[in-house]
Amino acid sequence: MKTQSAPEQSAPKPSGERILLPFTNQAISRRAFEAAIRLAHAEGATIVPAFLARVPRNLPIESPLPGACAIGMPLLEAIEQRATAEGIPVDSRVSRGRTYRDALERLLDQEHYDRVIVSGTDSPRQGLSQDDLAWLLGHVAAEVLILRPAPDDASRITATGVHGHF
Amino acid sequence: MTAAAMDYAAAAPVPSRQGRGHLRIVIGMAAGVGKTYRMLLEGHVEKEAGRDVVIGLLETHQRVETARLAEGLEILPLRKVNYRGTRLEEMDLPGIIARHPDICLIDELAHTNAPGLEHAKRYEDVEDVLAAGIDVLSTLNVQHLESLNDQVAELSGIRVRETIPDALLGRADDIVVVDLTPEELLERLRAGKVYPAERIDAALNNFFKIENLSALREVALRQVAEEVGQRRFAAASNVGSREETIASEAPRAVAERLLALVEPYPAAHRLVRRAWRSAQRLGTDLDLLWVRPPGALSAEQEHSLKALRQLASMLGARLIVEESDELARTIAEVAKRQRTTYILIGRSRPAHGPGRLRTPLPQRLMELLPGVDVRIVADRAQRPTEEQE
Repeated sequence: MKTQSAPEQSAPKPSGERILLPFTNQAISRRAFEAAIRLAHAEGATIVPAFLARVPRNLPIESPLPGACAIGMPLLEAIEQRATAEGIPVDSRVSRGRTYRDALERLLDQEHYDRVIVSGTDSPRQGLSQDDLAWLLGHVAAEVLILRPAPDDASRITATGVHGHF
Repeated sequence: MTAAAMDYAAAAPVPSRQGRGHLRIVIGMAAGVGKTYRMLLEGHVEKEAGRDVVIGLLETHQRVETARLAEGLEILPLRKVNYRGTRLEEMDLPGIIARHPDICLIDELAHTNAPGLEHAKRYEDVEDVLAAGIDVLSTLNVQHLESLNDQVAELSGIRVRETIPDALLGRADDIVVVDLTPEELLERLRAGKVYPAERIDAALNNFFKIENLSALREVALRQVAEEVGQRRFAAASNVGSREETIASEAPRAVAERLLALVEPYPAAHRLVRRAWRSAQRLGTDLDLLWVRPPGALSAEQEHSLKALRQLASMLGARLIVEESDELARTIAEVAKRQRTTYILIGRSRPAHGPGRLRTPLPQRLMELLPGVDVRIVADRAQRPTEEQE
């Protein structure tokens, strides 16, 4: 699907709503994904799954990241396949930064999003930290939906969900 | 250059393939896997077989087992070099050439020499030793290979400064991989067999992490497998000398180069990801081409193009944008320029009106680019998904 865009200097807002679904690891919470699907269905919105990758400080920020991409690309594919099967348009993104927050900030600086859906986590190793989420709430113009950690967070969408050859 | 180095340069051996020494490289994923130990073991085997074996350079890293294994082998004295008030010890290249053993063990191939010696790098010293007709047995960690430096830095977050050109590995007569599971290496580290006690904690907290070691191990094994594959091809083709075959014709004959045709629309990302996966499997480069119709871009296209550039940059692919209204001809020109062997195209939208009478793009490309494979990538997102966790 193509969305119409209004001309704007830095971050033009497309007429169709856009729901950003950032992720950092080898899996995303199924609850976050399903919440995005429900909202997209209800509002005729486009889902924007975004893979955030960290660039080590000793490398230039524009460095290719084949190792990170080996994790992120199959998962983007899996998300896209599932969303498309639900009839939801998808427009995926990737973003690099020194930290996950930096990568997310760069992404948000470039385009407008109406909603951002992230899954809260009890584990500091699972991508965006509590501090990052607090920053997101305070600095992003979009509506931010943070899903509280829940027992069924163990249910995830992973790259093994890619259907067919990829 | 010092006086001794200048004397050496004047009498430096002239490299020639005939009578050149035999190079064997022992490669491993990291320090502590046992490369030096293996090198010394092989030295003993050669000595027992009656060959004249010397140690040109040995780094024991204070490992008792390693130092013990060196006993019984002749160790050539090192040269003392003064550099900015510091006394350094370096391998004595002229001494090795003068001693002229059958085989010389030279540890740590990627080492950088102190300034003022014959060569800046130890691998260059090794070239001279080989040219003098002396066999060399040396050691190398995989992250020191030039082409893998970025990849390893990304995987481990640690970039090494001392690198060797990959061609050197290609010129080695034998490559021996010393493999150890990451768990075994960590066990050796904790037991104090790799570093002294005071360095163990720092090593465990930095480089020696199971994920780093697993990734490096995979890189090391893959690298050796690729070398073996290339050699097999070179042997089968039997064209020219072995060195020439590996260095030039053989890789070109088997190398694929992929070109994916994209447009700045969301669906292009899937095609790019698929093309990238194919390029990864083939171990080759990926170019992306958008033949842009003349005229201004819409805001939507500008945004999609920016996202596409970002994706290409992160994947290490090259995005080429050519402005033209002659699609097939422009693609063919770029494909010839890029030496493309494989073109990937997404499914095109159904043609309407007079467009229906035109020859479809894949057919036109096959006519314009004989010998180039054209693959139409299906939209697999349209297939039903399975519930998989």
